[in-house]
Amino acid sequence: MQHTNTQDTLVGLFVASGIAGMFFLSLQVSNLSSFSQKDSYTISARFENSGGLKVKSPVSAAGVKIGQVSSIHFDTKTYEAVVTMTINPKYNTLPDDTTASIFTAGLLGEQYVNLEPGGSESYLKDNGKIDITQPAIILEKALGQFLFKAAEEKSE
Amino acid sequence: MIQFLQNLGAETRTSFTKLGRGTFFLLQTLSGILSVLPRPRLLINQLYSVGVLSFLIITISGLFVGMVLGLQGYYTLSDFGAEESLGVMVATSLVRELGPVVSALLFAGRAGTALTAEIGLMKATEQLSGMEMMAVDPIKRIISPRFLAGLFSMPLLAALFSAVGIIGGQLVGSGLLGLDEGAYWSQMQAKLDFQDDIVNGMIKSIVFGFVITWIALFEGYDAIPTSEGVSRATTRTVVNSAFSILGLDFILTALMFGEN
Repeated sequence: MQHTNTQDTLVGLFVASGIAGMFFLSLQVSNLSSFSQKDSYTISARFENSGGLKVKSPVSAAGVKIGQVSSIHFDTKTYEAVVTMTINPKYNTLPDDTTASIFTAGLLGEQYVNLEPGGSESYLKDNGKIDITQPAIILEKALGQFLFKAAEEKSE
Repeated sequence: MIQFLQNLGAETRTSFTKLGRGTFFLLQTLSGILSVLPRPRLLINQLYSVGVLSFLIITISGLFVGMVLGLQGYYTLSDFGAEESLGVMVATSLVRELGPVVSALLFAGRAGTALTAEIGLMKATEQLSGMEMMAVDPIKRIISPRFLAGLFSMPLLAALFSAVGIIGGQLVGSGLLGLDEGAYWSQMQAKLDFQDDIVNGMIKSIVFGFVITWIALFEGYDAIPTSEGVSRATTRTVVNSAFSILGLDFILTALMFGEN
């Protein structure tokens, strides 16, 4: 009887530690705890160019991550990229004249959406749209323009 | 030449016959699982010998694998000035690949061989036929509880392996090499996704657990009932499980992480 009891305890400990390991992986290691998809609200913005933005790219305001990109698709009528973002419900007081722009974290870092709040009194609602946007800066394009300009100046 | 062709044909036929027997055996085992549920004592005993006894080797190996990943990752990443990403590297490689695969290989070596040898010896000493004589179905009484225990233990062990490994990487990273502890965890949390990384790693380990226990039990059940036959069956368990784990890992990885 004593023997089965210790065995039971050890099996119980084993199962408990295995489950604790799973919880550790889910909560401490992955982004599960950062915010739940359930009660977040979504806003969308149209960009002339979405650059290297991907689904799950961060959305930040004043450098603080407040949400993530949930979908990106191409609008066949206006030829623009429609970026939908899910925002943490804690931050539901973004004014409706917020500006969205696509920036790059560092020179080679990943791209993210930066929201710049405006001065309006009314707030963006769920499924609201951001009207003022600034497209992603394409490094190759900028470099090309720069080189072109430099060459032009030289020839003059 | 004719002899060679004959041998080839005979070999092919034997292996297909074996695969067929193995599939039939798996179906019997699966149908026997229902009769285990009213007798949890059988399952607990097997969880002890399959899971608890593998606990130590899995956690210690996990710790060392994580520590080595921390060291190696640090040396490589510091060339690019990206030491801060050490946490991401350690956690991604552990959760996606090394956790499920290495713990499955260890599990095959530690628990799979024990299962094969045990069942092979039961067969050699005619305990299984003895049970049949007493109208006890050896599949239901012996095989199914062990199968269930293996299937249940493997994901737990793989999760433990990854968790301990990540802690090991952190110990080396911030303890030995003086990295910032906050960067280790926060970058990891930002980059690892619950659905894509953790759940897929779990699915991998469940698949591996299923395959290893199936192979181990079948090899034991199908062994030639002599001491030599049992020893060969034990070897085959390790070899076949290792092949299946690595092959399946490739397929699963291609399926799961293909689109990004």
